[in-house]
Amino acid sequence: MSQKVLEVQRLQKFFGGLRAIDALDFTVAEGQIKSVIGPNGAGKTTLFNLITGIFPPTGGTVEFKGKMLNNLKPHDIARLGISRTFQTLELFGNMTVLENVMIARHSRTVAGIFRAGLRLPGVRREEREIKEKAFEELRFMGLENRAMMGATFLPLGEQKLLEIARALATEPQLLLLDEPASGLNIRETERLSETILRIRERGITVMVVEHDMAIVMEISDEVLVLNYGKKIAEGFPRDVQRNREVIAAYLGEELTDA
Amino acid sequence: MKREDLYPLLSIAIIIGLFPLLAGGQEYYLSLLVFVGINSLIAMGLSMLMGYAGQISLGHAAFFGIGAYSSGILTTKYSFQPPEAFFAGIFLSAIIAFLVGKPTLRLKGHYMAVATLGFGEILFIVFNELAPLTGGPSGLSGIPPLTIFGHPLEGAHYFYLVWGLVILLLLFSLNVINSRVGRALRAVHGSELAAGAMGVDASRFKVQVFVLSAIYASMAGSLYAHFITFISPSSFSLMFSILLLMMVVVGGAETIWGALLGATLLTLLPECLRGLEDFEVLAYGAILMVVLLFMPQGILEGMRKMLRKKG
Repeated sequence: MSQKVLEVQRLQKFFGGLRAIDALDFTVAEGQIKSVIGPNGAGKTTLFNLITGIFPPTGGTVEFKGKMLNNLKPHDIARLGISRTFQTLELFGNMTVLENVMIARHSRTVAGIFRAGLRLPGVRREEREIKEKAFEELRFMGLENRAMMGATFLPLGEQKLLEIARALATEPQLLLLDEPASGLNIRETERLSETILRIRERGITVMVVEHDMAIVMEISDEVLVLNYGKKIAEGFPRDVQRNREVIAAYLGEELTDA
Repeated sequence: MKREDLYPLLSIAIIIGLFPLLAGGQEYYLSLLVFVGINSLIAMGLSMLMGYAGQISLGHAAFFGIGAYSSGILTTKYSFQPPEAFFAGIFLSAIIAFLVGKPTLRLKGHYMAVATLGFGEILFIVFNELAPLTGGPSGLSGIPPLTIFGHPLEGAHYFYLVWGLVILLLLFSLNVINSRVGRALRAVHGSELAAGAMGVDASRFKVQVFVLSAIYASMAGSLYAHFITFISPSSFSLMFSILLLMMVVVGGAETIWGALLGATLLTLLPECLRGLEDFEVLAYGAILMVVLLFMPQGILEGMRKMLRKKG
């Protein structure tokens, strides 16, 4: 197995009495596509929020390439090379498609308020580079024709792709996709799984939270199954699919000792 | 700066260039426009803070006061040259703004408004009570005119200085808005969650804009002090902070141009209404109410909408 990109140990997140994530251990290997599945409320999005520093864990650790992420702010974590999309779209509605992606270059560029105000030569060059890189990612996602549109005027499917383009423009080493296929039609879903595979080809490790089992089975190298914040299975897609506990969690069957 | 900003900018430059000629020897009109310029400086900074960083300051009169008193005290009591005092005020305002902004802008919500309200009141008391330096409630007089390389600037020259600075800072502000920094601030406005995930440190830029707006206010204060040569605490009260806010809101906080428009209108309006005598305040209030009722996003945006409907 290649190097670990992400290592999660004894991770806990309690909201009052609710154990959203409980004693969770797992690792993500470099270049892997790892899916996280589980019934609604299993803690999948909470897990992403913990990794990206939206809120701090109650206990345990998250390490990215050997660096502890606990207590780091979201913008620090983005700078380190983790990017994400959101389950409920979080596009900047007050900006164009292009500008949405340009924002993502923030942590890879430097112009501060005084240099920007004086429009020093370095600032112009940087602006140009920001725009070029943003267009590059829009082309990668097939959205270059939409560049000048208001972001929220795109159809839902394209808004989801735009979130991925934006996340990619931060130059992540680890990309977290939170239900990228929800609300997409069949053709868009096919295009999405093909896109995720192309992202992996760029050397980016991908974690996907997804309910669409067809996609999960098709693209995942490994699957992590959560239920009530706990890991109930982890492994190759085919093995997970046959796991009794997983089936029970999804179908709501009682496990009987037999 | 974007192309769409070019024509308004050029027209302002032309009006400013020609105004002293048109006004002839009329000192009254020149000084009125100097006040418009001074208020525009503060309003521009405040508009960036409100429209882009989404924060309200109820204490900008205090930064205006720091600039004015720095210039006043340092030139009359410590024989500083006016330009030195000007930069000393900027420096002091920037440091104070940083100290006030750093802890409050980390919090979400309108803590900034409360903190600046308190800060403004404290400074107002300091201006009143620190009589040995500030002259207390009776004020500080005998402030020398602004000199550059030993040449005092008066009349039309002073007018050009003030408006030259307005245009320079307008350019600076437009550059900031159309840059990485401005985008980051708009992103925070759009979705603070996503902005963070994209690497934007929201509080850092809010502090930077707050400091910048304090610097603008301090510059305006220094220019004011040298212009009227006498300052007293009543010019730096909460009422003036609120008037500054009104300028931004009436003009429109969405763009920096709105601040310019608002500052111009609210500075000139009382002069236009002077003929009404006792009814002046009443008319002033009524006009503001009508504007905000029918153009809640400010006059600039309101006019744009009307033009769009017609066209």
